[in-house]
Amino acid sequence: MFDGFLDDLKRMNKRQFLYQVLSFGMIVSSALMIWKGLMVFTGSESPIVVVLSGSMEPAFHRGDLLFLTNYEEEPVRVGEIVVFKIEGRDIPIVHRVLKLHEKNNGTIKFLTKGDNNSVDDRGLYAPGQQWLEKSDMVGRARGFLPYVGMVTILMNEYPKVKFAVLACLGLYVLVHRE
Amino acid sequence: MHSLLSRGNSVLAYTLSVLVTLTFACFLSTILVDYRTGTEMQTLKIEVKNLPEYGVSKKINDLGHITFNLDTDLTSLFNWNVKQLFVYMTAEYETPTNALNQVVLWDKIILRGENSNLRLKNMRTKYYFWDDGNGLRGNKNVTLTLSYNIIPNVGRLPIVGAIGSHTFSFPSQYTR
Repeated sequence: MFDGFLDDLKRMNKRQFLYQVLSFGMIVSSALMIWKGLMVFTGSESPIVVVLSGSMEPAFHRGDLLFLTNYEEEPVRVGEIVVFKIEGRDIPIVHRVLKLHEKNNGTIKFLTKGDNNSVDDRGLYAPGQQWLEKSDMVGRARGFLPYVGMVTILMNEYPKVKFAVLACLGLYVLVHRE
Repeated sequence: MHSLLSRGNSVLAYTLSVLVTLTFACFLSTILVDYRTGTEMQTLKIEVKNLPEYGVSKKINDLGHITFNLDTDLTSLFNWNVKQLFVYMTAEYETPTNALNQVVLWDKIILRGENSNLRLKNMRTKYYFWDDGNGLRGNKNVTLTLSYNIIPNVGRLPIVGAIGSHTFSFPSQYTR
């Protein structure tokens, strides 16, 4: 198999090689375009997230995929599953809104809790932080797709898998001809 | 032409596309389902205290104490694309400082196959009913509503409010 790839490479002339490089670039840039387009469309800085912990079980398990929106005009209400960022933590958290207070001028503060946790999230927030605000929010869960995120978890936990997959894909795209 | 690799590849590709199609069909088949249903709620004991919320702040806030009855049958909500219901009861009210306050007092996870006919009598709340300030004493318009978040096998995550609510007022004296 690998010999075949090498043979293909040898038989290629400069033009063909350039063409393959360009089509590889097309694939990368259209993937980026779709992601950025989704960001504009959903208003969320991260429209698709993978669930990384079991704190929302049995609703969401590790490796499930969530689709988020973050529209400014839609108010946050209790019971919604929000994804939020905490200062000093890299990974956003997916939990449910438990309490919400909206001031007369429209500013809100809310408290969250994981379905599978016995206490609210005040212990997870930054030291001294009692409430979340709208600016902490990355998005609200709107759609659910099970298991698919397992792929990214595998890749993140075993970087060698990631590099192997990337190398195979790259080689295939560069060498493959219709 | 028909090497092991190419056969494996086509089997895998076909399996994947069948799975994707079935999953999408499952999502489409329940997209228009109307999940509304009715509920009845009553409150029994209603008290309000004025205490500091220990461990959170030194401010003295109002703490409500209620017990409630809840009567609802959610069995009809389950279809093939409902994995779990997250049922919760919310107290909603207005105070001079806040235009809207929502506090979840009780919730329950109902998995498919579990009893979803809820007949609760004289229940205590699962979470504390802390106000953000002193807006509970003498509050004449606190509304209890029941909502549920439908967790599907695949698809949307709708939040539906049950038809029916219960409005009560807090006494104008603190209980000691």
